[in-house]
Amino acid sequence: MRTPAPDPEVNQALGTEHGLTPDEYAHVVRILGRTPSYTELGIFSVMWSEHCSYKSSKKWLKTLPTTAPWVIQGPGENAGVIDIGDGLAAVFKMESHNHPSYIEPYQGAATGVGGILRDIFTMGARPVANLNALRFGDPSDARTRYLVAGVVAGIGGYGNCMGIPTVGGETEFHSAYNGNILVNAMTVGIAQADRIFYSRAAGLGYPVVYVGARTGRDGIHGATMASAEFSEETEEKRPTVQVGDPFTEKLLLEACLELMAGDAIVGIQDMGAAGLTCSSVEMADKGGLGMDMDLDAVPLRADAMSAYEIMLSESQERMLMVLKPGREDMARAVFEKWELEFAVVGTLTDTGRLVVRRGGDVAADIPVGPLVGEAPEYDRPWEAPPGAAPLPDGVDHMPGPPEEVLERLLASPDLASKRWIWEQYDSTVMADTVAGPGGDSAIVRVHGTTRALAITSDCTPRYCKAEPKTGGMQAVAEAWRNLTAVGAKPLALTDNLNFGNPERPPIMGQLVACIQGMAEACRALDFPVVSGNVSLYNETDGEAILPTPTIGGVGLLDDVSRRGSLALTGEGETLILIGQTHGHLGCSLFLRDVHDLEAGPPPPVDLAAERATGDLVRDLIRDRLVTACHDVSDGGLYVAVAEMALAGGVGADLRAPEAPPLAAWLFGEDQGRYVVATNDPNAVLARAAEAGIAAAAIGRTGGNALTLGGQNAISLGKLRHANERWLPAYMAGSAEAG
Amino acid sequence: MKAAVIVFPGSNCDRDVAVALRQACGHAPVMVWHRETELPDVDLIVVPGGFAYGDYLRAGAMSAHSPVMRTVAKRAAAGVRVLGICNGFQVLVETGMLPGALMTNRDLKFVSRAVHVRVESADSVFTDGYRDGQVIRLPIAHHEGSYFADDNTLRTLEDRGLVAFRYVSADGAVNDDANPNGSQSGIAGLFNPERTVLGLMPHPERAADPDLGSTDGRPMFASLAAALA
Repeated sequence: MRTPAPDPEVNQALGTEHGLTPDEYAHVVRILGRTPSYTELGIFSVMWSEHCSYKSSKKWLKTLPTTAPWVIQGPGENAGVIDIGDGLAAVFKMESHNHPSYIEPYQGAATGVGGILRDIFTMGARPVANLNALRFGDPSDARTRYLVAGVVAGIGGYGNCMGIPTVGGETEFHSAYNGNILVNAMTVGIAQADRIFYSRAAGLGYPVVYVGARTGRDGIHGATMASAEFSEETEEKRPTVQVGDPFTEKLLLEACLELMAGDAIVGIQDMGAAGLTCSSVEMADKGGLGMDMDLDAVPLRADAMSAYEIMLSESQERMLMVLKPGREDMARAVFEKWELEFAVVGTLTDTGRLVVRRGGDVAADIPVGPLVGEAPEYDRPWEAPPGAAPLPDGVDHMPGPPEEVLERLLASPDLASKRWIWEQYDSTVMADTVAGPGGDSAIVRVHGTTRALAITSDCTPRYCKAEPKTGGMQAVAEAWRNLTAVGAKPLALTDNLNFGNPERPPIMGQLVACIQGMAEACRALDFPVVSGNVSLYNETDGEAILPTPTIGGVGLLDDVSRRGSLALTGEGETLILIGQTHGHLGCSLFLRDVHDLEAGPPPPVDLAAERATGDLVRDLIRDRLVTACHDVSDGGLYVAVAEMALAGGVGADLRAPEAPPLAAWLFGEDQGRYVVATNDPNAVLARAAEAGIAAAAIGRTGGNALTLGGQNAISLGKLRHANERWLPAYMAGSAEAG
Repeated sequence: MKAAVIVFPGSNCDRDVAVALRQACGHAPVMVWHRETELPDVDLIVVPGGFAYGDYLRAGAMSAHSPVMRTVAKRAAAGVRVLGICNGFQVLVETGMLPGALMTNRDLKFVSRAVHVRVESADSVFTDGYRDGQVIRLPIAHHEGSYFADDNTLRTLEDRGLVAFRYVSADGAVNDDANPNGSQSGIAGLFNPERTVLGLMPHPERAADPDLGSTDGRPMFASLAAALA
C-alpha cells in the first residue's frame, strides 16, 4: 500500500473550509479537549452539517404529528414503518438528491434512487415501488433540457436494473429552479411487521461488519456540499458526486434480505450521506456504545486512501451491520454467494468512543455522545411570511373561446403529459402494478393478496410561495385527496422539505409556516408523518427556489377490485362535482399560464370539509356507486374533466351554472373537490346530502369531444395532441414546443 | 409440466414468471442459480428478464458464457422447450440459440409501455393458445430490444414462419408508429427452426392476471402447461 498523503494542519480556518462556524469549531475543541485531528475534523463537519444534523429544522420538525395506532416506526430511523394488516408492514421514505443532480444529472439522480432504496431494504423490507417528484427550471433555460434528459435517464437506469417498478411521481417547471433543480425520490417496501431491522447497535464485543461495494474517493463531502448554496464554482464540485452501480445494489438487496431471513443481524445501517462516518456513529449512538474500527480492514477501490478519505467517502452500495458473534462465517458465505465484499472492520466497546485506526495509528478518537447529542441545534430567526395581496379586478375574464384556453393549458409544461418521462421507467416489473403513472395515485398490490397500497407524491410550490402555511396544508391535503380518489384509506406520509438558505429570516419563515400548515393538516386528517428529509440551501447566487415541501402519501385498499380510476368508461353517465366551488383563481395555473400573472392568495384549505368530502368519496368508490373519480387540482375543473376524458377515450358535455363567472368555474382551483362519473346520480347526490357535502350534477359523458352546453366542441384527438405533444417536442428541441 | 427458471444475479423477472407458471400448472418451478452446471429433469426452461450480470458489456453477452447456459443449450438441443423473455431473449440470441441481435432501441431510450403484438404462428407449444393473426396486448420494458438480422436470416425466418410475434397497431397493421424500438420487420419474438425455443421482448408474465389490466399473456403459460403436462 502506498502511504496516504500527510494530513494538513488543523485550525479554525480549516474548520471554516469544512463548513463549521467559529463557534462550532470551538465547540469541537471543547468536546475533545484538544485540537481535532484532520479525520476528526472531517467527522465533526459532516455529522454537524445541515444535511446530517437537521440543525436548522429540528426544532420545527418536532412539531409534526408522528403517531397513530398503525404507526410502527416514526421519524428517526432509515424509514417510517406502518402496519398494513395480515402481519405485514409498509416501509417508506422520500429523500432528496437535489444538489448532486444539478451538478451531474444522471449519476446524481441514479444514486438518489439507490440511496432511498437502501434506506428501505436496510429495514428488512423488499422495495415494491419507486416514485419521484422532479422540479426543473424554466424550459427556456439553456440547461433545463439537459437536466431533464439526464435525471430521467438516471432514475430509470437505476430503478429499471434493480427491478423495482417506478409507478408515479410529478414533474414541474419554474424559473425559480433554474439554478437548483429538485430530485426527490421515494421508495415503498413491504416487510413482515415482526421482522423490521433497526440501526441500533447492541452487544459488547460484537463484530461490526462492512458489506457491499468497495470504498473509493467518490462523494467525499457530499453531505457538506448539500448544506451550502451554489455559486459560479459549482462545476468544480462535479467530483463530489457519487457514481452508482445498480447491479451491485441489486446483489446487495438480495444478499441482505437473504441474511435477514435468519437471526444473525443485530443492527444494520446503510452508508448514505457521510458514508462510514454517519453509519458507525448513528449505530453506536443509538446503542449507547463505543466502536473501535480498523480502517485497514475496509475493502478499498483506490490506492493510498487516508483515514479521512475512508471515513468521508460516499461510495455507493455499502452497508454496515452488527452481527451476533459466531455468525460471521455464515454471513460471509451469503455475501460471497452474491460476490460482494464482506469484512469485519470493528467491534462494539463500552468506552462510548468512536476510535478509528489506520496503519496502526489512531486517526480519530471521539466521544460519540457529544458528537451526536451536542450537535448544533439552531432556533434561527424567522420572519412571518407576508400575506398575499388580493387579486386585481378583471382576472376572471376569458381571453378567448374556453376550449382554446383549455387546449393551451393542457399543452403547458406543468399540465402536459409526462409520458415521455414515465415511459423510460419500468412500471410493471414485479407484476403487481395495478395502476401505474398517470392516475391520481399509483396502486401496487401487496404480493400474493387482494389488498393494495396506493401511493402518491404532491406539492404545489406556487401556493407555498404565496402563503406558506396554506401551501403546507394544501400539500398534505392533496396527497390525502389523491389517495382517496383511488378509494384508498390514507395512512401516513413522508415529507421532503426543500427550501432555500435558512440563515435568511424570510426563508426560515417559509419553512416554519409550511411546517405549521402541514402539522395542522396531518392532525385534522389523521395522516401522520413517519419519515422525511430536509434539503436546505437550495439557492444559487442568492436566489431561492419556491418553498417545496413534497409530500409522499401511502394509503391502503382492502380490496383491490374496489378501486377508483380517473378514466371515463361509459357513455351517458352523469358527472357530479363533489365539494364546494367558489371559483378561486388566485395562484391558479389559469392566471399564471394564460394571463401571465403569478398573483393572489392560494385557495384556502378547509380541513374539516376536506375530511368529510374524502370520507364520502371513499365510500362511494367502495360501494361501487361511481365508475370514475378524479380530484380537482392544478388547472381546475375543466382540466380535471379533460384528463378523465383523455384517460378513458370518452367525451363529456358540461353545463356551467350561472355563477361563478365561467372562467372561475372552469379554471378555479378550489380545494377539496372531486369529479365522479356515475350511473346512479340520485344515489350519489342523496349520499352527499346525507353527509352535508355540496354536490351537483355538472354534465354527462359520451361522444369523442368535450362540449359546454353542447357548444364549444373540441375533439379528444385535438386535446390529446396538445397534451401529449409538448414534452417530446421540447426534448427533441423542436420549435413546436414553443 | 416441470419447469425451471434460470436465476442470474441480475435477474429481476424470475419471481414474476414463476408466479405465472405456478398459476398455469399448479406448482412452482425450480429456481436454478446461474453457477449450476446441472439442471433437474424438466420439460421447460425459462430464461427470465432482468439485467443478468448487470449487462454492462452488452445485454446478455456475459450470461451467454455462464456455466448454466451451456447446460441449457445442451438441453435445448435435446428438445427441451426453452422460453426467453426480454433479457432472456437477449441471452438466447447471444448464445446463438436464436439468430440475429438485439440492439439499442431506435430512440436510444428505455421504453416501458403496453404494446400490441400479432401472433404470427399459433403452431407451437408456446402459442397454441392463440389464433394465427390474433392481436394481443403485452407490456414491454427494455433498452435493447431492436431486433436486427442480415437479409438472408430475415428471409429464412419469414420463409419458414419462425417469426412468433410482430409489433402491430391495435388493428393489426405493421408500421413504424406501432414499432416501439425499431425492430426489423416489427419482429417482437422468434422461434428456432424446431419451434422448441421461443424468445420474445414483451412480457407475457406481466399480463397474466386480471388485476393487472390484461390477461393476454396467460394463454402462453396455459398452452405450455397443457402441451407439456
